[in-house]
Amino acid sequence: MDPIPYRRETPGTQPPALWPDYRSTVLRSPRKPLIALPHTLSEVTGPIFSHDRLQPNDADLTSQHKDRPIGDRMIVAGRVIDENGRPVAGTLVEIWQANSAGRYFHARDSRDAPLDPNFTGGGRTITDDAGQYRFITIKPGYYPWQNHENAWRPAHIHFSVFGPSFVTRLICQMYFEGDPMLPFDPIYMSVPSEAGRKQLCAAFDYDLTVPGFGLGYRFDIVLRGRDATPFEADDHAH
Amino acid sequence: MPIESGWATVGPFFHAVLPWKDGGVMAGPETKGEPITILGRVLDAEENPINDALIELWQANAGGKYNHPEDTQSGEIDPSFQGFGRVAADAEGSFTVKTIKPGPVRGLGNSWQAPHIQISVFARGVLKRLVTRLYFEGGPGNEHDPVLALIEDEERRETLMAKPDPKESGRWHFTLRLGGPRETVFFDV
Repeated sequence: MDPIPYRRETPGTQPPALWPDYRSTVLRSPRKPLIALPHTLSEVTGPIFSHDRLQPNDADLTSQHKDRPIGDRMIVAGRVIDENGRPVAGTLVEIWQANSAGRYFHARDSRDAPLDPNFTGGGRTITDDAGQYRFITIKPGYYPWQNHENAWRPAHIHFSVFGPSFVTRLICQMYFEGDPMLPFDPIYMSVPSEAGRKQLCAAFDYDLTVPGFGLGYRFDIVLRGRDATPFEADDHAH
Repeated sequence: MPIESGWATVGPFFHAVLPWKDGGVMAGPETKGEPITILGRVLDAEENPINDALIELWQANAGGKYNHPEDTQSGEIDPSFQGFGRVAADAEGSFTVKTIKPGPVRGLGNSWQAPHIQISVFARGVLKRLVTRLYFEGGPGNEHDPVLALIEDEERRETLMAKPDPKESGRWHFTLRLGGPRETVFFDV
């Protein structure tokens, strides 16, 4: 029997390949139409990672070095669910971010802002049975970039998630609700719908806030889901 | 109903986290199958090397079986082969992957898919990953492959073909072009 396909991409939810406001897309965006690939075994399967992949302190970016990093400590937590609202359990979540001064621990980030020897800005965890994840980190700083005159990225954390198949892969950026830089950011603004953009903004959450330790922010992630009404796909089988 | 979270570029600063140690070594000496080395390149629409790309690969084992619970084909999982690779391009836009040649995989209905590797391309300037497939030039089953058959233009079909190294067997060259006259075929999954 054929595999149950995933739902096709919902129009209006995803950025276009060519988005000239973000200059680097111009030479890096296919112009010929994409070819719709039916979902075969190659698409409905994908890598599954075990806890062997994780190191101690992978989910606590403030405890990976000798001392504490500089900046506002915070908890970022949420759920990974699919488009049908079902939790995505046991999936790898990876994050990376700038330090509190807005500088990445990276050879190509030569900006005039201090590195923090106690912060390299990378984290990794696996969702629990309810699809939940939780990181401890510091609030990333703003940083300028070369895209246009006086361009600044809003504070953001990069998220990479796999989900159960090749099709469900997602790399997105988490922003902060109310960040004044958001409307000026072509990467944020490349997500077409306002609802889609809002969904990328973490909200302050009192319940996640740990007394005397740090503020909590909730960020839920939605991966592609299967067609809600699975059908018997045996029409190819004759 | 929840909507899928909006994609964003990986940006240029992912290297401390995403490229795992030995991420390009998908198979070891104990892995069953024909060992191959893929010598890849990633180019932009003007054929400039993309030095900040990340490539992910996903493939079946030598018996055509995916290491995943939804692959209910007969055939055995090779415990030494997960089938996933992840590698960053270097300053010349090049990457190297050591793996084994995948076996043919069942397609929809009664069709069979020729040996292929699923490829995802991420980079600064790529807002949403680009998906393509690597096939092997002259490979068995290419002429009946249902996915290659979706590409009407024969010249464009060629963009998915890894080419054997003329000197050293087991080495395959594969170039990804994100635009330009020889743009690689990308898929909407």
